[in-house]
Amino acid sequence: MDAAGYQEQEPTEQKAKEEKTSSKIISSQKYSLWKPLINGLVTENPTFVLMLGMCPTLAVTTSAINGLGMGLTTTVVLALSNIIISALRNVIPDKVRIPAFIVIIASFVTIVGQFLEAYLPALNSALGMFIPLIVVNCIILGRAEAFASKNGMAASCMDGLGMGLGFTIALTLIGCVREILGSFSVFGISFKAPLEHIGMAPAAIFVMAPGAFFVLAALNALMGVVREKQIAAGKESRIRAGCTHECTTCGEDGCVHRFYDEKGKDAAVGKKAE
Amino acid sequence: MEEKNNVAGEQEKSAKKLRSVSPTPHIRDKATTRGIMGMVVLALMPAALYGIWHFGPKALLLLVLSIAACVGSEWGFEKLTKQKNTAGDLSAVVTGLLLGMNLPVAVPWWMPVLGGCFAIIVVKMLFGGLGQNFMNPALGARCFLVLSFSKYMTDFSYRPGWGGADVVSGATPLAAAKNGEAYDLMQMFLGNEGGTIGETSALALLIGGIFLLLSGVITWHVSVCYIASLLAFVLLFSGHGADLSCLGAQLCGGGLMLGAFFMATDYVTRPITRKGQVIYGIFLGVLTGIFRVFAPGAEGVSYAIIIGNLLVPLIERVTLPKHFGYRKQQKA
Repeated sequence: MDAAGYQEQEPTEQKAKEEKTSSKIISSQKYSLWKPLINGLVTENPTFVLMLGMCPTLAVTTSAINGLGMGLTTTVVLALSNIIISALRNVIPDKVRIPAFIVIIASFVTIVGQFLEAYLPALNSALGMFIPLIVVNCIILGRAEAFASKNGMAASCMDGLGMGLGFTIALTLIGCVREILGSFSVFGISFKAPLEHIGMAPAAIFVMAPGAFFVLAALNALMGVVREKQIAAGKESRIRAGCTHECTTCGEDGCVHRFYDEKGKDAAVGKKAE
Repeated sequence: MEEKNNVAGEQEKSAKKLRSVSPTPHIRDKATTRGIMGMVVLALMPAALYGIWHFGPKALLLLVLSIAACVGSEWGFEKLTKQKNTAGDLSAVVTGLLLGMNLPVAVPWWMPVLGGCFAIIVVKMLFGGLGQNFMNPALGARCFLVLSFSKYMTDFSYRPGWGGADVVSGATPLAAAKNGEAYDLMQMFLGNEGGTIGETSALALLIGGIFLLLSGVITWHVSVCYIASLLAFVLLFSGHGADLSCLGAQLCGGGLMLGAFFMATDYVTRPITRKGQVIYGIFLGVLTGIFRVFAPGAEGVSYAIIIGNLLVPLIERVTLPKHFGYRKQQKA
């Protein structure tokens, strides 16, 4: 059983059986709907911990408002597609699940895209190509595969909201920093004039592509520092490394997914000894 | 009898010497980072002093600020992360001096400070300090500043000398040569022209470069291959043919001398093998030629060198020397 209170099993198992066991475990653990939300916001933040969805993260965060818009658009698509995929999880055959997920996601992206075009044309033109590209956003497909196809509708909705809001916060933060350093403004409110008066100039590199990498790396490092500090203080950090099920290369000792071999030895430690 | 004793004593001494074998390395050299960096600073002095004389007191201020920012940020970063302090090994001074010499004199005072912090903290310390940086810190910072503040970094207007003479503005001779305008080759060689603080005087840079070559701090491979391949490229593709004044302008103009002798030869970011250094030099020359001849801008030394820096691991892998006695396995 894992820390966040939901289960992730191999998709090859029978869906009906899986549903039964998962509901049983959930009830025995006093399952809270807040857990998947917190999981997306902090524990497995898609941008800073899982490092998913890098393409929109690097491309559209030239300003805070763009980051916020992209994040919220993705959140809506993520939550809605998670609900529908969760509802259809016993109907979709295993072998064609990915195309089926894509069809569901693409439908919502089309709806949201047309909505933006109608009501928020400025944001739509700023985000441009990246709105239709939400279809292939790996966070959405990743959550459909890892969560929504194995859990109930309410939990999937909360997971979608949590992941989406985590993504939104990350994108807005990156956008804020890039906008402040690169064009001396926040959310479009410029403070350029007084600074230029004393001879300063915005560093245009932060609005360009290299700036996205600098800011992402710096914020990620900051997250790592917070985590290390929490661990050093003896607290259990909420920020995790994000489980990829690659235990042999993973340094996360307390992970609930951790793989042990027949003799009960830690797979990662055994690998290191070699 | 006495003689015999003496001989026996000698033998014992040499035997003792043989027995007390220390672990490798057996051959030691007295070269230190500090010593080598000191030589580089010394070699940069003619060009730096000429720059200060030519561009006036503000050039001195920019150089001092740049060096102070580099040394200060190295000291501060190591203090903050509780590492062994290496600020005294003069490598930060070299970085700061090179960065300052790569700035035009018209930039505001905070730019060398920002550039110095970027060079040391982002390009050098975050990758593990001296010896681990993947590109030349001074050039990394220069390109960061050029991309960020292109308006300031391409403004080559200056007040010549220490008197309050009129502001000289206009294109650098290299840009003038590219656009087919007139330029004075002798003034370019001496350095009486616009440009960044340290790059204008080819003569002063040559003096420093020859000093480095003679003192054995650098070898000829990178610099000579770089300059020769650039000349060959310009000869073949610039469309001027074997026009000596055009070739001379390419040699003396822009940052070629500064780059070829002081920045492309940086120990950390050039290949270790001799063969690799030749390949690296030729690559830099061709790349600079492409930038100078075909790109819209007139200059391309700094971008060529940092792109070359990124290729160094690859070049080293290809030119790795064979083990002694290694033979290719014959096909059965």
